[in-house]
Amino acid sequence: MKLGDIAHVRTGDKGDTSNVAIVAYRSEDWPRLDAALTAERVARHFGAPDTGDISRYALPQLHALNFVIRGALSGGVTRSLALDAHGKCRGATLLDMDLPTD
Amino acid sequence: MTVRIGAGAGFAGDRIEPAIDLAKRGNLDFLVFECLAERTIALAQQAKLGDPRAGYDRMLERRMRAVLEPCWENGTRIVSNMGAANPLAAAEKVREIARDLGLRGLKVAAVKGDDVLEHVGNLDLIETGCTASALGNRLVSANAYIGAASLAAALDAGADVVICGRASDPALFLAPLIHRFGWGLDDWDRLGKGTLVGHLLECAAQITGGYFADPGIKDVPDLARVGFPLAEVEPDGSAVITKLDGTGGMVTRATCIEQLLYEIHDPAAYLQPDVIADFSGVIFEEVGRDRVAVSGATGHEATGKLKVSVGYRDGWIGEGQISYAGPGCVARGHLAIDLVAERLALRNGEIDEHRGELIGWNAVSGPAPHGTPEPPEVRMRYAARCRTRETAGIVAEEVENLYLCGPSGGGGATGRIREVIGIASGFLDAGRVETRFELLED
Repeated sequence: MKLGDIAHVRTGDKGDTSNVAIVAYRSEDWPRLDAALTAERVARHFGAPDTGDISRYALPQLHALNFVIRGALSGGVTRSLALDAHGKCRGATLLDMDLPTD
Repeated sequence: MTVRIGAGAGFAGDRIEPAIDLAKRGNLDFLVFECLAERTIALAQQAKLGDPRAGYDRMLERRMRAVLEPCWENGTRIVSNMGAANPLAAAEKVREIARDLGLRGLKVAAVKGDDVLEHVGNLDLIETGCTASALGNRLVSANAYIGAASLAAALDAGADVVICGRASDPALFLAPLIHRFGWGLDDWDRLGKGTLVGHLLECAAQITGGYFADPGIKDVPDLARVGFPLAEVEPDGSAVITKLDGTGGMVTRATCIEQLLYEIHDPAAYLQPDVIADFSGVIFEEVGRDRVAVSGATGHEATGKLKVSVGYRDGWIGEGQISYAGPGCVARGHLAIDLVAERLALRNGEIDEHRGELIGWNAVSGPAPHGTPEPPEVRMRYAARCRTRETAGIVAEEVENLYLCGPSGGGGATGRIREVIGIASGFLDAGRVETRFELLED
Protein backbone atom coordinates (compact mmCIF):
# COMPACT_ATOMS: atom_id res chain seq x y z
CA MET A 1 0.00 0.00 0.00
CA LYS A 2 1.19 3.49 -0.86
CA LEU A 3 0.71 6.62 1.20
CA GLY A 4 -1.15 8.11 -1.78
CA ASP A 5 -3.84 5.40 -1.39
CA ILE A 6 -4.96 6.86 1.92
CA ALA A 7 -3.83 10.49 2.01
CA HIS A 8 -3.39 13.71 0.05
CA VAL A 9 -0.72 16.33 0.37
CA ARG A 10 -0.09 20.07 0.04
CA THR A 11 3.30 21.74 0.17
CA GLY A 12 4.10 25.34 1.08
CA ASP A 13 7.18 27.45 1.69
CA LYS A 14 8.32 30.38 3.81
CA GLY A 15 11.85 31.61 3.35
CA ASP A 16 14.15 28.60 3.58
CA THR A 17 11.54 26.43 5.30
CA SER A 18 9.25 23.97 3.57
CA ASN A 19 6.05 22.62 5.06
CA VAL A 20 4.26 19.51 3.89
CA ALA A 21 0.74 18.76 5.09
CA ILE A 22 -0.59 15.21 4.74
CA VAL A 23 -4.27 14.48 5.23
CA ALA A 24 -6.01 11.11 5.46
CA TYR A 25 -9.04 10.87 3.17
CA ARG A 26 -10.95 8.69 5.65
CA SER A 27 -11.01 8.80 9.43
CA GLU A 28 -10.38 5.04 9.66
CA ASP A 29 -6.99 5.54 8.01
CA TRP A 30 -5.85 8.20 10.45
CA PRO A 31 -4.23 5.79 12.98
CA ARG A 32 -2.24 4.16 10.17
CA LEU A 33 -1.10 7.55 8.82
CA ASP A 34 -0.22 8.79 12.29
CA ALA A 35 1.80 5.67 13.06
CA ALA A 36 3.61 5.40 9.73
CA LEU A 37 4.68 8.98 9.19
CA THR A 38 7.24 9.66 11.86
CA ALA A 39 9.52 12.68 11.66
CA GLU A 40 12.44 10.28 11.06
CA ARG A 41 10.74 8.66 8.09
CA VAL A 42 9.86 11.96 6.47
CA ALA A 43 13.32 13.41 7.13
CA ARG A 44 14.84 10.36 5.46
CA HIS A 45 12.56 10.71 2.46
CA PHE A 46 13.55 14.33 1.93
CA GLY A 47 17.22 13.69 2.61
CA ALA A 48 17.14 16.14 5.54
CA PRO A 49 20.47 16.04 7.39
CA ASP A 50 18.83 15.05 10.68
CA THR A 51 15.49 15.23 12.42
CA GLY A 52 16.61 18.37 14.25
CA ASP A 53 15.64 20.17 11.07
CA ILE A 54 12.12 18.80 11.02
CA SER A 55 9.09 19.31 13.24
CA ARG A 56 5.93 17.25 13.19
CA TYR A 57 2.52 18.58 14.23
CA ALA A 58 -0.59 16.41 14.44
CA LEU A 59 -4.20 17.60 14.10
CA PRO A 60 -6.14 14.44 14.95
CA GLN A 61 -9.57 16.04 14.52
CA LEU A 62 -8.65 16.80 10.90
CA HIS A 63 -6.73 13.54 10.37
CA ALA A 64 -3.81 15.68 9.32
CA LEU A 65 -0.09 15.96 9.92
CA ASN A 66 2.07 18.98 9.23
CA PHE A 67 5.82 18.57 8.70
CA VAL A 68 8.02 21.65 8.85
CA ILE A 69 11.45 21.18 7.30
CA ARG A 70 13.97 23.93 7.96
CA GLY A 71 16.87 24.67 5.63
CA ALA A 72 15.15 22.68 2.90
CA LEU A 73 15.06 25.26 0.11
CA SER A 74 18.69 26.15 -0.70
CA GLY A 75 18.37 29.53 0.94
CA GLY A 76 14.79 30.27 -0.08
CA VAL A 77 12.93 31.17 -3.20
CA THR A 78 14.71 34.43 -3.93
CA ARG A 79 18.29 33.05 -3.92
CA SER A 80 17.86 29.40 -4.76
CA LEU A 81 19.13 28.07 -8.07
CA ALA A 82 16.54 25.32 -8.03
CA LEU A 83 14.04 25.03 -10.87
CA ASP A 84 11.28 24.66 -8.29
CA ALA A 85 12.70 27.16 -5.84
CA HIS A 86 9.57 26.92 -3.68
CA GLY A 87 10.08 23.19 -3.32
CA LYS A 88 6.41 22.74 -4.14
CA CYS A 89 6.84 19.62 -6.26
CA ARG A 90 8.60 17.44 -3.72
CA GLY A 91 5.69 16.98 -1.33
CA ALA A 92 3.87 14.90 -3.92
CA THR A 93 6.77 12.44 -4.02
CA LEU A 94 5.88 11.41 -0.46
CA LEU A 95 2.70 9.82 -1.81
CA ASP A 96 4.81 7.03 -3.35
CA MET A 97 6.00 5.96 0.10
CA ASP A 98 5.24 2.33 1.00
CA LEU A 99 3.01 1.78 4.02
CA PRO A 100 2.91 -1.41 6.06
CA THR A 101 -0.29 -3.41 5.52
CA ASP A 102 -1.95 -5.08 8.52
CA MET B 1 -25.27 40.69 10.83
CA THR B 2 -23.21 38.53 8.50
CA VAL B 3 -20.24 40.00 6.66
CA ARG B 4 -19.56 38.66 3.18
CA ILE B 5 -15.91 38.94 2.27
CA GLY B 6 -14.32 37.59 -0.89
CA ALA B 7 -10.84 36.98 -2.28
CA GLY B 8 -10.17 38.73 -5.59
CA ALA B 9 -6.57 37.59 -6.06
CA GLY B 10 -4.17 35.25 -4.28
CA PHE B 11 -0.96 36.38 -5.96
CA ALA B 12 0.31 39.16 -8.20
CA GLY B 13 -0.52 37.44 -11.46
CA ASP B 14 -3.80 35.84 -10.47
CA ARG B 15 -6.78 35.48 -12.80
CA ILE B 16 -9.07 38.49 -13.08
CA GLU B 17 -12.35 36.93 -14.32
CA PRO B 18 -13.27 35.24 -11.01
CA ALA B 19 -12.81 38.59 -9.22
CA ILE B 20 -15.12 40.31 -11.71
CA ASP B 21 -17.70 37.59 -11.08
CA LEU B 22 -17.47 38.16 -7.32
CA ALA B 23 -17.69 41.93 -7.77
CA LYS B 24 -20.78 41.65 -9.95
CA ARG B 25 -22.85 39.00 -8.22
CA GLY B 26 -21.13 38.15 -4.96
CA ASN B 27 -23.26 40.54 -2.93
CA LEU B 28 -20.05 41.22 -1.04
CA ASP B 29 -19.29 43.72 1.67
CA PHE B 30 -15.56 43.48 0.98
CA LEU B 31 -13.35 42.20 -1.80
CA VAL B 32 -9.68 41.65 -0.93
CA PHE B 33 -6.78 41.41 -3.39
CA GLU B 34 -3.58 39.83 -2.00
CA CYS B 35 -0.87 40.44 -4.58
CA LEU B 36 2.45 40.86 -2.80
CA ALA B 37 5.08 38.10 -2.67
CA GLU B 38 8.25 38.16 -0.59
CA ARG B 39 10.55 39.83 -3.06
CA THR B 40 7.97 41.78 -5.05
CA ILE B 41 8.31 44.80 -2.80
CA ALA B 42 12.09 44.96 -3.25
CA LEU B 43 11.63 44.91 -7.03
CA ALA B 44 8.96 47.60 -6.69
CA GLN B 45 11.31 49.67 -4.55
CA GLN B 46 13.89 49.53 -7.33
CA ALA B 47 11.27 50.67 -9.83
CA LYS B 48 10.37 53.56 -7.52
CA LEU B 49 14.00 54.66 -7.35
CA GLY B 50 13.86 55.12 -11.12
CA ASP B 51 10.44 56.81 -11.14
CA PRO B 52 8.78 58.29 -8.02
CA ARG B 53 5.32 57.55 -9.41
CA ALA B 54 6.12 53.86 -9.94
CA GLY B 55 6.62 51.08 -7.42
CA TYR B 56 3.12 49.65 -7.16
CA ASP B 57 1.63 46.49 -8.60
CA ARG B 58 1.74 46.37 -12.39
CA MET B 59 -1.72 44.82 -12.63
CA LEU B 60 -3.36 47.39 -10.37
CA GLU B 61 -4.84 49.32 -13.26
CA ARG B 62 -6.18 46.25 -15.06
CA ARG B 63 -7.72 44.87 -11.89
CA MET B 64 -9.27 48.14 -10.79
CA ARG B 65 -10.67 48.93 -14.23
CA ALA B 66 -12.31 45.51 -14.14
CA VAL B 67 -13.90 45.61 -10.69
CA LEU B 68 -14.20 49.20 -9.51
CA GLU B 69 -17.53 49.95 -11.14
CA PRO B 70 -19.41 46.82 -10.03
CA CYS B 71 -17.93 47.14 -6.53
CA TRP B 72 -19.05 50.76 -6.32
CA GLU B 73 -22.55 49.91 -7.54
CA ASN B 74 -22.90 47.03 -5.10
CA GLY B 75 -21.44 48.75 -2.07
CA THR B 76 -18.45 46.42 -2.01
CA ARG B 77 -15.33 47.96 -0.51
CA ILE B 78 -11.87 46.92 -1.63
CA VAL B 79 -8.74 46.17 0.39
CA SER B 80 -5.43 45.37 -1.28
CA ASN B 81 -1.67 45.35 -0.80
CA MET B 82 -1.16 46.31 -4.45
CA GLY B 83 0.47 49.51 -3.21
CA ALA B 84 3.72 47.51 -2.85
CA ALA B 85 6.50 50.10 -2.42
CA ASN B 86 4.29 53.08 -3.22
CA PRO B 87 0.76 52.91 -1.75
CA LEU B 88 0.17 56.63 -2.24
CA ALA B 89 0.90 56.53 -5.96
CA ALA B 90 -1.29 53.43 -6.24
CA ALA B 91 -4.13 55.16 -4.41
CA GLU B 92 -3.84 58.17 -6.71
CA LYS B 93 -3.98 55.82 -9.68
CA VAL B 94 -7.16 54.22 -8.33
CA ARG B 95 -8.71 57.66 -7.90
CA GLU B 96 -7.76 58.55 -11.46
CA ILE B 97 -9.42 55.35 -12.73
CA ALA B 98 -12.53 56.12 -10.67
CA ARG B 99 -12.74 59.57 -12.27
CA ASP B 100 -12.30 58.01 -15.69
CA LEU B 101 -15.17 55.64 -14.98
CA GLY B 102 -17.33 58.46 -13.68
CA LEU B 103 -17.51 57.11 -10.13
CA ARG B 104 -18.00 60.32 -8.20
CA GLY B 105 -17.21 60.49 -4.52
CA LEU B 106 -15.19 57.28 -4.32
CA LYS B 107 -12.75 57.52 -1.41
CA VAL B 108 -9.36 55.88 -1.57
CA ALA B 109 -7.02 55.44 1.38
CA ALA B 110 -3.29 54.82 1.22
CA VAL B 111 -1.85 53.09 4.28
CA LYS B 112 1.77 53.95 4.97
CA GLY B 113 4.39 53.14 7.53
CA ASP B 114 5.46 49.62 6.55
CA ASP B 115 8.57 51.06 4.86
CA VAL B 116 11.12 51.00 7.69
CA LEU B 117 14.28 51.35 5.62
CA GLU B 118 15.38 54.28 7.75
CA HIS B 119 15.04 52.36 11.01
CA VAL B 120 16.76 49.08 10.24
CA GLY B 121 20.46 49.91 10.40
CA ASN B 122 21.02 47.92 13.59
CA LEU B 123 18.48 45.25 12.78
CA ASP B 124 19.94 41.76 13.15
CA LEU B 125 19.14 39.65 10.12
CA ILE B 126 18.51 35.98 10.76
CA GLU B 127 19.56 34.62 7.36
CA THR B 128 22.73 36.65 6.83
CA GLY B 129 23.89 36.70 10.45
CA CYS B 130 24.75 40.41 10.18
CA THR B 131 22.98 43.71 10.61
CA ALA B 132 21.07 45.35 7.79
CA SER B 133 23.60 48.17 7.57
CA ALA B 134 26.35 45.62 6.88
CA LEU B 135 24.70 45.09 3.48
CA GLY B 136 25.83 48.60 2.58
CA ASN B 137 24.64 49.86 -0.77
CA ARG B 138 23.25 46.43 -1.62
CA LEU B 139 20.35 47.12 0.74
CA VAL B 140 17.24 47.90 -1.34
CA SER B 141 14.20 47.75 0.90
CA ALA B 142 13.00 47.04 4.41
CA ASN B 143 9.32 46.55 5.11
CA ALA B 144 7.52 45.55 8.26
CA TYR B 145 4.56 43.21 8.08
CA ILE B 146 2.00 45.57 9.56
CA GLY B 147 -1.25 44.47 11.15
CA ALA B 148 -4.90 45.26 10.62
CA ALA B 149 -5.29 48.35 12.83
CA SER B 150 -4.52 51.11 10.35
CA LEU B 151 -6.37 49.30 7.57
CA ALA B 152 -9.44 49.07 9.81
CA ALA B 153 -9.06 52.74 10.75
CA ALA B 154 -9.07 53.67 7.06
CA LEU B 155 -12.32 51.73 6.65
CA ASP B 156 -13.72 53.45 9.76
CA ALA B 157 -12.95 56.77 8.06
CA GLY B 158 -15.10 55.74 5.13
CA ALA B 159 -12.56 54.57 2.56
CA ASP B 160 -14.12 52.62 -0.30
CA VAL B 161 -10.73 51.36 -1.39
CA VAL B 162 -7.82 50.77 0.99
CA ILE B 163 -4.38 50.33 -0.55
CA CYS B 164 -1.38 49.29 1.50
CA GLY B 165 2.08 47.93 0.92
CA ARG B 166 3.49 45.20 3.13
CA ALA B 167 0.93 43.91 5.59
CA SER B 168 0.43 40.43 6.89
CA ASP B 169 -1.78 38.67 4.34
CA PRO B 170 -4.50 37.61 6.81
CA ALA B 171 -4.63 41.19 8.16
CA LEU B 172 -6.08 42.32 4.82
CA PHE B 173 -9.14 40.22 5.67
CA LEU B 174 -9.04 40.75 9.43
CA ALA B 175 -9.24 44.55 9.04
CA PRO B 176 -12.74 44.60 7.51
CA LEU B 177 -13.97 42.26 10.26
CA ILE B 178 -12.52 44.48 12.99
CA HIS B 179 -14.10 47.48 11.28
CA ARG B 180 -17.52 45.95 10.81
CA PHE B 181 -17.86 43.99 14.05
CA GLY B 182 -16.02 46.45 16.29
CA TRP B 183 -13.74 43.72 17.62
CA GLY B 184 -11.24 44.99 20.18
CA LEU B 185 -7.57 44.94 19.23
CA ASP B 186 -7.00 42.85 22.36
CA ASP B 187 -9.86 40.43 21.70
CA TRP B 188 -7.36 37.67 21.02
CA ASP B 189 -9.97 34.97 20.54
CA ARG B 190 -11.85 36.82 17.81
CA LEU B 191 -8.66 38.12 16.22
CA GLY B 192 -7.52 34.50 16.03
CA LYS B 193 -10.79 33.50 14.40
CA GLY B 194 -10.65 36.40 11.94
CA THR B 195 -7.05 35.52 11.12
CA LEU B 196 -8.21 32.02 10.24
CA VAL B 197 -10.79 33.40 7.82
CA GLY B 198 -8.06 35.53 6.25
CA HIS B 199 -5.62 32.67 6.07
CA LEU B 200 -8.18 30.42 4.38
CA LEU B 201 -9.10 33.06 1.79
CA GLU B 202 -5.77 34.73 1.08
CA CYS B 203 -4.67 32.29 -1.62
CA ALA B 204 -7.98 32.64 -3.46
CA ALA B 205 -8.62 29.51 -5.59
CA GLN B 206 -6.36 27.38 -3.43
CA ILE B 207 -9.43 26.69 -1.27
CA THR B 208 -11.95 26.31 -4.09
CA GLY B 209 -10.27 23.46 -5.94
CA GLY B 210 -7.14 25.13 -7.28
CA TYR B 211 -3.82 23.47 -6.40
CA PHE B 212 -5.83 20.35 -5.56
CA ALA B 213 -6.68 18.31 -8.66
CA ASP B 214 -5.08 14.89 -9.13
CA PRO B 215 -6.98 13.21 -12.00
CA GLY B 216 -8.71 9.98 -11.07
CA ILE B 217 -7.91 10.50 -7.40
CA LYS B 218 -8.92 14.05 -6.53
CA ASP B 219 -11.02 15.28 -9.42
CA VAL B 220 -12.18 18.89 -9.46
CA PRO B 221 -15.25 19.81 -11.54
CA ASP B 222 -14.88 22.55 -14.15
CA LEU B 223 -11.49 23.71 -12.89
CA ALA B 224 -11.13 25.93 -15.98
CA ARG B 225 -13.81 28.23 -14.57
CA VAL B 226 -12.77 27.90 -10.95
CA GLY B 227 -14.51 30.44 -8.73
CA PHE B 228 -12.76 32.45 -6.06
CA PRO B 229 -13.86 31.97 -2.45
CA LEU B 230 -15.91 34.08 -0.15
CA ALA B 231 -16.62 33.78 3.54
CA GLU B 232 -19.85 34.54 5.35
CA VAL B 233 -18.55 35.65 8.72
CA GLU B 234 -20.59 36.04 11.90
CA PRO B 235 -19.86 38.54 14.68
CA ASP B 236 -18.48 35.72 16.87
CA GLY B 237 -15.88 34.92 14.19
CA SER B 238 -17.39 31.68 12.98
CA ALA B 239 -17.71 31.46 9.21
CA VAL B 240 -18.84 29.51 6.20
CA ILE B 241 -16.43 29.24 3.28
CA THR B 242 -18.17 29.04 -0.06
CA LYS B 243 -18.12 30.20 -3.68
CA LEU B 244 -20.65 31.48 -6.18
CA ASP B 245 -23.15 29.13 -7.81
CA GLY B 246 -22.27 28.41 -11.41
CA THR B 247 -18.52 28.73 -10.94
CA GLY B 248 -16.13 25.80 -11.30
CA GLY B 249 -14.13 24.13 -8.60
CA MET B 250 -15.37 22.97 -5.21
CA VAL B 251 -15.24 23.81 -1.53
CA THR B 252 -14.97 20.68 0.59
CA ARG B 253 -13.56 19.63 3.93
CA ALA B 254 -10.47 18.38 2.06
CA THR B 255 -9.81 21.63 0.17
CA CYS B 256 -10.19 23.53 3.44
CA ILE B 257 -7.81 21.29 5.40
CA GLU B 258 -5.13 21.57 2.73
CA GLN B 259 -5.39 25.35 2.77
CA LEU B 260 -5.50 25.50 6.58
CA LEU B 261 -2.01 24.02 6.75
CA TYR B 262 -0.60 25.79 3.70
CA GLU B 263 2.54 27.66 4.74
CA ILE B 264 1.79 27.14 8.42
CA HIS B 265 4.43 25.95 10.85
CA ASP B 266 3.12 25.28 14.37
CA PRO B 267 -0.67 25.28 13.93
CA ALA B 268 -1.04 26.34 17.58
CA ALA B 269 1.13 29.43 17.13
CA TYR B 270 0.69 31.24 13.84
CA LEU B 271 2.59 34.45 14.53
CA GLN B 272 0.79 37.51 13.24
CA PRO B 273 1.28 41.21 13.94
CA ASP B 274 -2.14 41.42 15.62
CA VAL B 275 -2.34 38.08 17.43
CA ILE B 276 -0.78 34.66 17.87
CA ALA B 277 -3.44 32.66 16.11
CA ASP B 278 -4.11 29.13 17.29
CA PHE B 279 -5.50 26.80 14.60
CA SER B 280 -4.83 23.57 16.49
CA GLY B 281 -8.51 23.01 17.34
CA VAL B 282 -10.03 24.04 14.02
CA ILE B 283 -13.00 22.01 12.80
CA PHE B 284 -14.51 21.94 9.31
CA GLU B 285 -18.03 20.73 8.61
CA GLU B 286 -19.67 20.43 5.22
CA VAL B 287 -23.05 22.12 5.64
CA GLY B 288 -24.14 22.20 2.01
CA ARG B 289 -22.85 21.89 -1.50
CA ASP B 290 -19.64 23.93 -1.68
CA ARG B 291 -20.33 25.22 1.82
CA VAL B 292 -17.95 24.44 4.68
CA ALA B 293 -18.48 25.79 8.20
CA VAL B 294 -15.28 26.59 10.05
CA SER B 295 -14.89 27.01 13.79
CA GLY B 296 -12.52 26.29 16.66
CA ALA B 297 -9.75 28.82 16.05
CA THR B 298 -8.62 31.05 18.88
CA GLY B 299 -5.77 33.39 19.64
CA HIS B 300 -3.30 34.66 22.21
CA GLU B 301 -1.68 38.00 22.89
CA ALA B 302 0.55 39.20 20.04
CA THR B 303 4.32 39.10 20.50
CA GLY B 304 4.75 42.87 20.18
CA LYS B 305 7.33 42.32 17.46
CA LEU B 306 6.84 42.81 13.75
CA LYS B 307 8.64 40.75 11.17
CA VAL B 308 10.69 42.88 8.83
CA SER B 309 11.61 41.69 5.37
CA VAL B 310 14.82 43.17 3.98
CA GLY B 311 15.59 43.04 0.27
CA TYR B 312 19.15 43.27 -0.98
CA ARG B 313 20.96 42.90 -4.28
CA ASP B 314 22.73 39.58 -4.34
CA GLY B 315 24.28 39.20 -7.77
CA TRP B 316 22.85 37.66 -10.91
CA ILE B 317 21.58 34.25 -11.89
CA GLY B 318 22.44 32.99 -15.35
CA GLU B 319 20.55 29.96 -16.60
CA GLY B 320 20.35 27.86 -19.73
CA GLN B 321 18.40 24.80 -20.82
CA ILE B 322 18.73 22.31 -23.67
CA SER B 323 16.89 19.04 -24.42
CA TYR B 324 18.08 15.52 -25.27
CA ALA B 325 15.90 12.61 -26.40
CA GLY B 326 16.14 8.92 -27.23
CA PRO B 327 18.45 6.19 -25.95
CA GLY B 328 21.25 7.55 -23.80
CA CYS B 329 19.53 10.90 -23.26
CA VAL B 330 20.36 10.85 -19.54
CA ALA B 331 24.05 10.15 -20.18
CA ARG B 332 24.21 12.90 -22.82
CA GLY B 333 22.47 15.28 -20.42
CA HIS B 334 25.03 14.50 -17.72
CA LEU B 335 27.87 15.01 -20.19
CA ALA B 336 26.37 18.40 -21.08
CA ILE B 337 26.33 19.40 -17.41
CA ASP B 338 29.98 18.34 -17.01
CA LEU B 339 31.03 20.29 -20.10
CA VAL B 340 29.38 23.50 -18.95
CA ALA B 341 30.85 23.11 -15.47
CA GLU B 342 34.34 22.59 -16.85
CA ARG B 343 34.09 25.54 -19.23
CA LEU B 344 32.78 27.79 -16.47
CA ALA B 345 35.52 26.66 -14.07
CA LEU B 346 37.71 29.24 -15.79
CA ARG B 347 35.50 31.86 -14.15
CA ASN B 348 35.35 30.31 -10.72
CA GLY B 349 36.01 33.51 -8.81
CA GLU B 350 32.95 35.11 -10.35
CA ILE B 351 30.53 32.27 -9.64
CA ASP B 352 29.33 31.74 -6.07
CA GLU B 353 27.11 28.73 -6.59
CA HIS B 354 26.13 26.55 -9.53
CA ARG B 355 23.79 23.69 -10.23
CA GLY B 356 23.23 21.34 -13.15
CA GLU B 357 20.28 18.96 -13.43
CA LEU B 358 18.08 17.06 -15.85
CA ILE B 359 14.44 18.07 -15.95
CA GLY B 360 12.38 14.90 -16.15
CA TRP B 361 15.02 13.02 -14.17
CA ASN B 362 16.33 14.76 -11.05
CA ALA B 363 15.43 18.47 -11.16
CA VAL B 364 12.44 18.90 -8.88
CA SER B 365 12.02 15.60 -7.02
CA GLY B 366 15.54 14.94 -5.78
CA PRO B 367 17.97 12.31 -7.08
CA ALA B 368 16.41 9.65 -9.31
CA PRO B 369 16.19 6.42 -7.28
CA HIS B 370 18.56 3.62 -8.32
CA GLY B 371 17.01 1.50 -11.05
CA THR B 372 14.70 4.21 -12.40
CA PRO B 373 14.07 3.45 -16.09
CA GLU B 374 15.41 6.01 -18.54
CA PRO B 375 12.73 8.50 -19.64
CA PRO B 376 12.19 9.18 -23.37
CA GLU B 377 13.66 12.66 -23.02
CA VAL B 378 15.31 15.00 -20.54
CA ARG B 379 15.96 18.72 -20.45
CA MET B 380 19.36 19.74 -19.15
CA ARG B 381 19.31 22.85 -17.00
CA TYR B 382 22.32 24.71 -15.69
CA ALA B 383 22.06 27.69 -13.34
CA ALA B 384 24.72 29.73 -11.57
CA ARG B 385 24.67 32.66 -9.19
CA CYS B 386 27.30 35.14 -10.38
CA ARG B 387 28.90 38.34 -9.16
CA THR B 388 28.19 40.22 -12.38
CA ARG B 389 25.60 40.40 -15.08
CA GLU B 390 28.29 39.67 -17.64
CA THR B 391 29.23 36.34 -16.07
CA ALA B 392 25.56 35.38 -15.78
CA GLY B 393 25.26 36.00 -19.51
CA ILE B 394 28.18 33.66 -20.15
CA VAL B 395 26.43 30.88 -18.23
CA ALA B 396 23.49 31.13 -20.62
CA GLU B 397 25.86 31.28 -23.59
CA GLU B 398 27.79 28.18 -22.53
CA VAL B 399 24.53 26.20 -22.56
CA GLU B 400 23.67 27.47 -26.04
CA ASN B 401 27.20 26.58 -27.13
CA LEU B 402 26.32 22.94 -26.49
CA TYR B 403 24.64 22.95 -29.89
CA LEU B 404 27.96 22.85 -31.74
CA CYS B 405 30.42 21.99 -28.97
CA GLY B 406 28.37 19.57 -26.88
CA PRO B 407 26.89 16.05 -26.94
CA SER B 408 24.96 14.60 -29.85
CA GLY B 409 21.39 15.66 -30.50
CA GLY B 410 20.84 18.69 -28.28
CA GLY B 411 17.84 20.86 -29.16
CA GLY B 412 15.67 23.73 -28.04
CA ALA B 413 18.29 25.72 -26.12
CA THR B 414 17.12 28.72 -24.16
CA GLY B 415 18.90 31.10 -21.83
CA ARG B 416 18.08 33.93 -19.48
CA ILE B 417 19.61 36.09 -16.79
CA ARG B 418 18.00 37.83 -13.84
CA GLU B 419 19.11 39.97 -10.96
CA VAL B 420 18.91 38.27 -7.57
CA ILE B 421 17.11 40.11 -4.84
CA GLY B 422 17.90 38.30 -1.63
CA ILE B 423 15.45 38.49 1.25
CA ALA B 424 16.49 38.41 4.87
CA SER B 425 14.35 38.99 7.91
CA GLY B 426 14.47 40.32 11.43
CA PHE B 427 12.10 41.61 14.09
CA LEU B 428 11.35 45.17 15.15
CA ASP B 429 9.41 46.29 18.21
CA ALA B 430 5.91 47.04 16.97
CA GLY B 431 6.04 50.37 18.79
CA ARG B 432 8.77 51.54 16.45
CA VAL B 433 6.62 51.08 13.36
CA GLU B 434 4.18 53.94 12.97
CA THR B 435 1.41 53.26 10.51
CA ARG B 436 -1.12 55.79 9.31
CA PHE B 437 -3.50 56.27 6.43
CA GLU B 438 -4.10 59.12 4.06
CA LEU B 439 -7.59 59.54 2.66
CA LEU B 440 -7.85 60.88 -0.88
CA GLU B 441 -11.16 62.52 -1.63
CA ASP B 442 -12.41 64.49 -4.57
